[in-house]
Amino acid sequence: MDQNITLYVDGNRRPVTVDTRTTLLDALRDRLDVTSPKKGCDHGQCGACTVLLNGRRVTSCLVLAVAYDGADVTTAAGLGSDDELHPVQQAFLDRDGFQCGYCTPGQICSAVGMMEEAERGSPSHVSANLNDPVELTDEEIRERMSGNLCRCGAYVNIVAAIRQAADPEAEQIRQARAERQRNEPVLREDDAPTSYQVSVSGEEGR
Amino acid sequence: MSEILESTEIGRPMVRQDGPAKVRGLAPYAYEQPVQDPLHLHPVQSTIALGCIVSIDTSAAEALPGVVAVLTHENAPRLANTDDAELAVLQGHEVGFRGQFIGAVLAESPEVARQAAAAVVVDYEAEEHDADFRADHPQLTEPNAATADTFDGDVDTALRAAAHTVEATYTTPAEHNNPMEPHTTIALWDERGLTLYDSTQGPHPVRQTIAPVFGLQPDQVHVIAPHIGGGFGSKGLPHANVVLTALAAQRSGGRPVKLALTRQQMFTVAGYRTPTIQQVRLGADDDGRLSAVAMDAVEQTSKIKEFTEESGQPARMMYATPNRQVTQRLARLDIPVPSWMRAPGKCPGMFGPEVAMDEIAEACALDPIELRVRNEPESDPETGKPYSSRRLLDCLAEGAKRFGWDRRNARPGQRVQGRWRVGLGVAASTYPFLRQFSEAKVSYSADGTYAVHIGAADLGTGAWTALTQIAADALGVSAHRIRLEIGDTALPVASVAGGSSGTASWGAAIIAAADEFLAKFGVEPDPGAEVQTAAPRDSAQKEYAMHSFGAQFAEVCVNVDTGEVRVPRMLGVFSAGRIINAGTARSQFIGGMSMGIGMALHEQSVMDARFGSFVNHDFAEYHVPANADIADVDAVWLDEVDPLAGPLGARGIGEIGIVGAAAAVANATYNATGIRVRDLPLTPDKFL
Amino acid sequence: MIPFDYQRADDADSAVATVTGHPQAQFLGGGTNLVDHMKLGVADPELLVDISRLPLDEVTELDDGGLRIGATVRNSDLAAHPLIRRRYPVLAEALLAGASGQLRNMATTGGNLLQRTRCVYFQDVTMACNKREPGSGCAALEGYTRYHAILGASDGCVAVHPSDMAVAMAALDATVVVLGAAGERRIPLAEFHRLPGSEPQRDTVLEHGELITAVDLPASTPRRQAYRKVRDRASYAFALVSVAAVVKVDAAEGEPCITDARIALGGVAHKPWRASRAEETLSGAAPSVESFRRAAEAELEQADPLGDNGFKIPMVRNTMVAVLADLTGVEPEAVA
Repeated sequence: MDQNITLYVDGNRRPVTVDTRTTLLDALRDRLDVTSPKKGCDHGQCGACTVLLNGRRVTSCLVLAVAYDGADVTTAAGLGSDDELHPVQQAFLDRDGFQCGYCTPGQICSAVGMMEEAERGSPSHVSANLNDPVELTDEEIRERMSGNLCRCGAYVNIVAAIRQAADPEAEQIRQARAERQRNEPVLREDDAPTSYQVSVSGEEGR
Repeated sequence: MSEILESTEIGRPMVRQDGPAKVRGLAPYAYEQPVQDPLHLHPVQSTIALGCIVSIDTSAAEALPGVVAVLTHENAPRLANTDDAELAVLQGHEVGFRGQFIGAVLAESPEVARQAAAAVVVDYEAEEHDADFRADHPQLTEPNAATADTFDGDVDTALRAAAHTVEATYTTPAEHNNPMEPHTTIALWDERGLTLYDSTQGPHPVRQTIAPVFGLQPDQVHVIAPHIGGGFGSKGLPHANVVLTALAAQRSGGRPVKLALTRQQMFTVAGYRTPTIQQVRLGADDDGRLSAVAMDAVEQTSKIKEFTEESGQPARMMYATPNRQVTQRLARLDIPVPSWMRAPGKCPGMFGPEVAMDEIAEACALDPIELRVRNEPESDPETGKPYSSRRLLDCLAEGAKRFGWDRRNARPGQRVQGRWRVGLGVAASTYPFLRQFSEAKVSYSADGTYAVHIGAADLGTGAWTALTQIAADALGVSAHRIRLEIGDTALPVASVAGGSSGTASWGAAIIAAADEFLAKFGVEPDPGAEVQTAAPRDSAQKEYAMHSFGAQFAEVCVNVDTGEVRVPRMLGVFSAGRIINAGTARSQFIGGMSMGIGMALHEQSVMDARFGSFVNHDFAEYHVPANADIADVDAVWLDEVDPLAGPLGARGIGEIGIVGAAAAVANATYNATGIRVRDLPLTPDKFL
Repeated sequence: MIPFDYQRADDADSAVATVTGHPQAQFLGGGTNLVDHMKLGVADPELLVDISRLPLDEVTELDDGGLRIGATVRNSDLAAHPLIRRRYPVLAEALLAGASGQLRNMATTGGNLLQRTRCVYFQDVTMACNKREPGSGCAALEGYTRYHAILGASDGCVAVHPSDMAVAMAALDATVVVLGAAGERRIPLAEFHRLPGSEPQRDTVLEHGELITAVDLPASTPRRQAYRKVRDRASYAFALVSVAAVVKVDAAEGEPCITDARIALGGVAHKPWRASRAEETLSGAAPSVESFRRAAEAELEQADPLGDNGFKIPMVRNTMVAVLADLTGVEPEAVA
């Protein structure tokens, strides 16, 4: 049963005819060619379809489009522009917070929504005290981002990206230190006697 | 030995070339390719595991407005070749597993296609099926196409004489690849033949496989796949969904046909890792030297198509011992067809043996690293060939130092923090080197850029970026002067992105083309100058055993009250030859390790043998790790170049990260609790 | 999914009248479970009446000091509400242990109570299921039962209720406010969900057309409250078991003693399981690991595990003991 609705997608007015059965995700992907949100499971179990619906992060695969006539929808495509990425997007690039990229637009929309929730002081499952202001520790980021699955296993870098977006300076220092540790001289073949008790030598850094 | 390419761009953590588009969601995956006026396809799946279709009533489905066609075995176009039973879709009335495609609806909208598919009424004559995988299955058979059994020395006698023995059964469950992007195809027929926008790890292999199925010449099949949302082996070869879509597109009146599998459908038709039952026996003398290694593995395959998970492989080559026995047997069942999943064979095959190594280390009162030191082979135990490079011990040493292995208490169950028991574990990792035939084309443009063409695929590995770096160094220019094109059969032939062989294979082709280009046209070519060539074959693999190695270290916490297992820290140290891109390489290593944590803690596809069905077929019931499950996971690599591994000196990194990861976690849970769990996954109930 | 009509409700009374008058109509709230089920063919309404914009989205203080939670308050907003966080932390904790940030932004209070089981056989329309299709049988009974019931099941259904929120509400002695064609009625939460018996198709005592408008929380609830969920994944997974506990300890006569203990269990039964036997055992007892264990064992005596879920018995016991010890400041059993 078709109905005409209007969505405001990434700032653009988009009238569209939908079947009452059409989800917001399918309205975007199949009927409006807005393919930034992805379909990973179609049941709210993976988060790839996450968009900001009237400013809040939701899984668009479980939203009936017909119920959101007139709504504002922000996808990852609308967060940044060709000229300038959103800080969260830039951080995902800088920290290699993805591999195949399929979960990425959902991760990014989710991160943007999540940071706003934290800003408002909404607690999470791992918050030690429900009434304290939220500090986005690694543990908090991981818990709050757990609604976005990444099968490539980019979580470590996703968390780093969100840290960077939340506090760029702190993350820069942290990364410099980690990079230095990672680049501590590793065994070079010429130097390494093949024995377990070997002491490590080699060039300083790489 | 090839001459090794000097590196300028290679090694840098260059930002992903496809990254700016991907963070905005604008890089087109298969479903998102712009096509005119597509029709939507929804499959009908069998609800019996074995038998045949007596009747199939499509009238209700056909009556629905918007339905264009309903395909069944009665009316579907005939395929030219049905040798591969997995791909012989809608060609007969037999049913070989539950969930097999037995029909499909073509409709104007996805909603209508799905509704109509549910309205197809099928009558079956069911036969008694067998979907019960067990080690004592009465008809275990040898695989037809797999490495033959290994019998070296006399394991039984050696075990009787051994000072210490471990004899235990280890099991790994069926697991599903579950890439985030579902298997997706858009098919379009026109006068030139068949165009497939496909979510595939290998455009050229899809062409090679699909062309004969439809009686076409390879050049009549055009496959396009610029971006792939993960695959992990399940998109390595085309599955039935590709054939079904192409078949349906023969009834679409020339309109393109779209099919994206549902997550549930992916559990039956897109491949999975077979469960394994591993009988492992180790014997050692008082010094911890292995006198016997035996690995007798049982796996399952589908009666309609054989697939062998070579889980015996690692036991053949990991450790020195005079007496070795490795066998692999298959239970042929009425079940979905298993296939490749990240590090097939090696990944499950390193679970039992690497946990058994931990057990025998304890029996010998040796540190598990020291045990491995004492059993390091001089040459490949299976073939006798020298290793091109075998730096397992360096990986272990480096990892021990960085991870703080000296803080491990050899006695299990000693470290407690609050309500959590804490333990450390280690396991070895390995993956063979493989290079496959590929070609590349280099051409020069008036704008000063070099177009580099190769029909490779980037499923998240970073090929767009790594190949750009390789091409830049091969041509001696900076990366911004390279215009790489991949993901299309219109480009030169490239091998599948699988077996951790992509970069080495494709990179060698690009280097060969660049070499020839420079030889022919020099560094100041005329616009339009062009060379296409294949990488020369490499003889090193005939003379050397070529494998990557690694060491996986895990710290785990096991809750005293609830048995929940957490992995707060994990480190992998890898020896994989030269690393092309430090950023994307680390991502692949830690990605493999993260998937390994999933294998260790969560993943199991539950087969209900009464129905022949994987019953936990979605992301709510089949648990892959969530963000909260992955804490401090890091990877480092030995700074090296393998001079025998082609002109890049790189051995491949896509899969080794998962190998040994689950064993390291399992060994750590033993160290934490004193409870030895030999059956994956390590769910809380096993520690109560 | 079959085609359906969609209507946005103007007010609660007309919504109730519409659904009452149409046997194949359903209310649509957040949609997180209903849309999911419509895609699977588990639910096939012909008419959806969208009640998500009704003015039922407030948390208000009641005259008696209790709290009224409107039925369309989203789970995330409820968990973040200052009064919930301060007075009913067990409820905030339970909500935050459920689903994901995105789903909590969508899911409503009323819809959460009406979540249907995650039993894999229930969700697969090709399998026998008495809950989905009365009389068709129960494929779970002899099947994959890791997540299934150990308490209060029947031969016809061994499914569990998946909600975390409802478990906390059961421990809080909440009351569900329901509007029907005949007017409003109030149902204690502990009586709102049913055991399967011979009618597993009925999850709750609601009649067709009845609409949840609010959940009331009583005043004067002890402040020692906690929710502990045990699951296979660290987040974004349904409970293997969960324990909600609300406890009062008095030390008026010198020795501390438990004067009020309300315990509810999740992941173990067709409904949030109020552990009344455990509560009786605890009443008047001195808080100790020993008394907590006795209480847990008293409750679990009636447990009847299936093929794959015997582990839930020690898991519930240990979790209950740990939660109670934590709440009462009792030193937990030393780790051997």
